[in-house]
Amino acid sequence: MHVFTDPKNFDAYVSGFLWILKLTGASAACALVLGVLLAAMRVSPVPVLRGFGAGWVNIFRNTPLTLVIFFCYFGLYSTLGLSLSQELDLNRYWLGVIGLSTYTAAFVCEAIRSGINTVPTGQAEAARAIGLSFAQTLRIVVLPQAARSVIAPFGSILIALCKNATIVGTIGLMESSNVMKDLINSYGNAVIPIFLVFAGTFAALLIPTGYFFGWLANKLAVKR
Amino acid sequence: MSTSSVLYDHPGPRARIRNTVLSVIFGVAVLALLYWLYRKFDQAGQWEAWLWKPFADPKTWTQFVLPGLWATLKAASVGMLLSLAFGIVFAVGRLSNHWWISVPAGAVVEFFRAVPLLLMIFFVFYGLPWVLKQPVSAFWAVVIGLTLYNGSVLAEAFRAGIRSVPGGQSEAAYAIGMRKTQVMQLILIPQAARAMLPIIVSQLVVLLKDTALGYIVAYPELLQRGVNDLAANYGNIIPAAMVIAVIYIVINSLLTAFAGWLDRRSRMRAFRVPKQTAPAGAADSTPEGGATVSEPQG
Repeated sequence: MHVFTDPKNFDAYVSGFLWILKLTGASAACALVLGVLLAAMRVSPVPVLRGFGAGWVNIFRNTPLTLVIFFCYFGLYSTLGLSLSQELDLNRYWLGVIGLSTYTAAFVCEAIRSGINTVPTGQAEAARAIGLSFAQTLRIVVLPQAARSVIAPFGSILIALCKNATIVGTIGLMESSNVMKDLINSYGNAVIPIFLVFAGTFAALLIPTGYFFGWLANKLAVKR
Repeated sequence: MSTSSVLYDHPGPRARIRNTVLSVIFGVAVLALLYWLYRKFDQAGQWEAWLWKPFADPKTWTQFVLPGLWATLKAASVGMLLSLAFGIVFAVGRLSNHWWISVPAGAVVEFFRAVPLLLMIFFVFYGLPWVLKQPVSAFWAVVIGLTLYNGSVLAEAFRAGIRSVPGGQSEAAYAIGMRKTQVMQLILIPQAARAMLPIIVSQLVVLLKDTALGYIVAYPELLQRGVNDLAANYGNIIPAAMVIAVIYIVINSLLTAFAGWLDRRSRMRAFRVPKQTAPAGAADSTPEGGATVSEPQG
């Protein structure tokens, strides 16, 4: 453990995981909003909206995240000159958030759509029968019920998002996996403890998250 | 249930006009956005012919794209086989009656499901050589990482599948005198594998996409050869990324379509004991989270 008693290494470790948490938090919020909008588009009565939603999902679900992040950096930043912050790291961070949320939104959209499918047909029919419009049906009747059944999938999407945040390291952000790589390269005699600390931190963060979402999903499940 | 028809009434004249107006407004907005992107790339000179010309040259394909694609498919198929084996072994292990098998198997599965693939690849590629005193090739770094992660996810899928086989099946098997191993091999796994086939295939799509991480350890797969190396030779990183993205999207769409077809087929031919299986709708929201929405790994 002598590696982590060095304050320099310890700081790198902490800041690596802080980047991961920050990336996860910001991307989760953006992806949730975007995903709900996309799901609403995909079930809407307007064909162009449906096509747009379907196109988004098919493109981003089938492209490797590495390529999406790559494109954000080299396409949006290097080529189009979209600079989101003067600071190099913050700029990479925001580009990473853009990539992660566009990618994750596709999965959120699909989860919500399958959640909508679990709401019994009668609910939407009753909502229409009392004269609610499409937006009202979705907002007041269907989505609140669907939300309860998508908690478990949301949990696994969130966990995957947190793990995917390491991929932003490919555009040079010093997040946890890059920190680990550097530490391994400078402390070849302590490879296994270093890996166990990093992997263990992820496990300590994510395994309880998984159980929490499982518990929440059971607790909030609509009993039918 | 086809949501599209249930969530709103059949459009009357006014709704039709409104939908058309919305279609036009939104369509114009999307086209404007695409045009703006086109203009932006145009200003950056990304549509100039010389950037795209390499793709008309067969050498580009034979030297960069196809070898990359081949390496991607090679890593993906080896990873698939190994992770299927890993998944079966650990799913069965976790269901074992002996705690000294089931607890370690469960711990391994939970651990590797929680560790990012990139971290694992870095560990195998940069860390293991220190331990083994010999270099580990990028190919094996990628394949081992993919196997441990996807194998664990598949193990959970298999476990959910084995547990979804109606209890009467194994009871009947025990009643005719089968042993535990026989029940597992002859009765439970074949049925579970069929029920879980769509999930398995969609996990394999995830696996195929994840091979792109190989680019980080310089494994010459599609992203490395087709975008990095190609762009290093021709200086056309954006066009190359676009072409490679299309290749990925086509391959994965085909696999996804295959998974969807399998899903419809297996739903039609699901266990013929309707009472004991979950209804199709409920199956969409099994608490075994990763089971339905395949985990969006990179």
